[in-house]
Amino acid sequence: MGLTFAQKVLAKKAGLSSVAVGQIVDIEPDYCMSHDNTAAIAKTFAKFGVEKVKNPERFVIVLDHTVPASTEEYAKGHKEIREFVEKQGIKAFYDAGVGICHQVLPEMGYALPGSLIVGSDSHTTAYGALGAFSAGVGRSEMAALYATSKIWLKTPASFKVQVEGKLTEPITSKDLVLKIIGDIGADGALYKSVEFAGEAVEAMSLSARLVLSNMAAEMGAKNGYCAPDKKTFAFLEGRAVAEYTPVYPDPDAEYERILTYDALQLGPQVAKPHTVDNVCPVEDVEGTKIHQALIGTCTNGRLEDLRLAARHLEGKKVAKGVRMLVLPASQEILIEALRAGLVEIFARAGALVLSPGCGPCLGAHQGVLAAGEVCISTANRNFQGRMGSNEAATYLASPATVAASAVAGVITDPRKARRGGGA
Amino acid sequence: MIEGKVWKYGDDVNTDVIFAGKYTYKPMTPAEMAEHALEDLDPTFAKGVKPGDIIVAGTNFGCGSSREQAATCIKAAGVAAVIAVSFSRLFFRNAINEGLPVVELAGGTSMIAKDDKVQIDFEKGVVTHKGKEYRFPALPKEVLAILNDGGLIPHVKRALAKT
Ligand code: SF4
Repeated sequence: MGLTFAQKVLAKKAGLSSVAVGQIVDIEPDYCMSHDNTAAIAKTFAKFGVEKVKNPERFVIVLDHTVPASTEEYAKGHKEIREFVEKQGIKAFYDAGVGICHQVLPEMGYALPGSLIVGSDSHTTAYGALGAFSAGVGRSEMAALYATSKIWLKTPASFKVQVEGKLTEPITSKDLVLKIIGDIGADGALYKSVEFAGEAVEAMSLSARLVLSNMAAEMGAKNGYCAPDKKTFAFLEGRAVAEYTPVYPDPDAEYERILTYDALQLGPQVAKPHTVDNVCPVEDVEGTKIHQALIGTCTNGRLEDLRLAARHLEGKKVAKGVRMLVLPASQEILIEALRAGLVEIFARAGALVLSPGCGPCLGAHQGVLAAGEVCISTANRNFQGRMGSNEAATYLASPATVAASAVAGVITDPRKARRGGGA
Repeated sequence: MIEGKVWKYGDDVNTDVIFAGKYTYKPMTPAEMAEHALEDLDPTFAKGVKPGDIIVAGTNFGCGSSREQAATCIKAAGVAAVIAVSFSRLFFRNAINEGLPVVELAGGTSMIAKDDKVQIDFEKGVVTHKGKEYRFPALPKEVLAILNDGGLIPHVKRALAKT
């Protein structure tokens, strides 16, 4: 029997010829990522009685969750982080505004095929889109990594998601991944390594694959892998911080479960409040009144997402009573969006274009919800109370569905809006 | 071996209801965190919980964010262990790292109700409830070593002292 991606990459990292499912390995990750929570991690690190971070070159720190600081408390945390990276000689530090961590690591060339990355954030799974093994860890574990550079990982069993056919606009990888999560549930791939494969995944852009791997976390997965290919290598040209060797699963690898989908059968999907797996076709919730529409986050804040949204907004206005927020996932994307004229389209439509960062995604600032309000968002999570009031509700959808809904003021099927029926 | 009184919850108890996002970037002591434990799930919990109590839940306990405070606040509230049908992997890791024992009863927890008494024997891998025994897989030795040291911080400290 052949080996899965997870088995091969963990064996390689542990210096073993092979590892079995369930085997625990001690490994040294290539890179360790943390964000605004670095302030708390640095405090835990101080408890070890170790002066210096071991291997500071392995740590990447990105300020993104509450940038620019909206309270004195956040500002203090950021200040402590700046002092920490200075003192510890951590060079890979990206201050407020560079972008959301899960966009910055691929852009800056840390997320490499065949590499192993851990991050103190649950959506660290995202880098699997470039063929990395990447998983979330806790804050104490990150502090321990500062001290030892080592972590234990259990070799997960693997699922394969085989997607045939091809996605065609306005259907996106977001609709696909929502459909999968709706089918298998928020714990459907608990502890598993999920490998996305098939014609549709091969045809996808890197941005679209990042959505799949990012949201693998929402099915409980440890990581979400897409096989690196020409597109991956082209993206990394001039970005990669090191040389890399891609790792591919064996063709006869053993999967605990194989799920198959046909991209051509797929329509727009929406996750209803208050769980990500509460998924239905958009038709079931069409007409639901919304108060806020959000395009952005580490899930769908990339250039192709903004382009897709702009196609629904060009020459139109956001409906009365709706606030539309657009947050590019990084400064690089913001610059590209400016060049492409997208920012002007958003502003003319009446949307608020905000600085790159997480912003309202976690309800910290920049557009939180009041009781009774409804938001439709391109984010990856819609738990009760996440975006503000406990009595607010969030629907999750693709950028096309969110933009079409912002124009109509109610949840709208982007296929109808494109035909001019909904707006 | 521990014995405690049960607080019973359902499936998919997520980290936002265990420890709300609005508190995650506020510096708090564990004791302060304990005051907000399970706030959005069961407002009676933080006030009523006694040292040694045991949380029993369904599948996917602790799903959602990587926030470690979800484990910290439960541990600081005095909870001796969490029993669930399954855990989110990040909660599982965080609990071990906080020195909070987690028990996976894959066969189900529906027979256990609020205020019941349960016993957990970690060495044997047995939960006893109303005279009946339920087996659970013992934790891997690497993981037990962390729990036995009282969590990851003391564990790493010990390891560093040895080198
Ligand atoms: S955008 Fe949202 S989900 Fe992504 S890293 Fe930021 S807070 Fe987390």
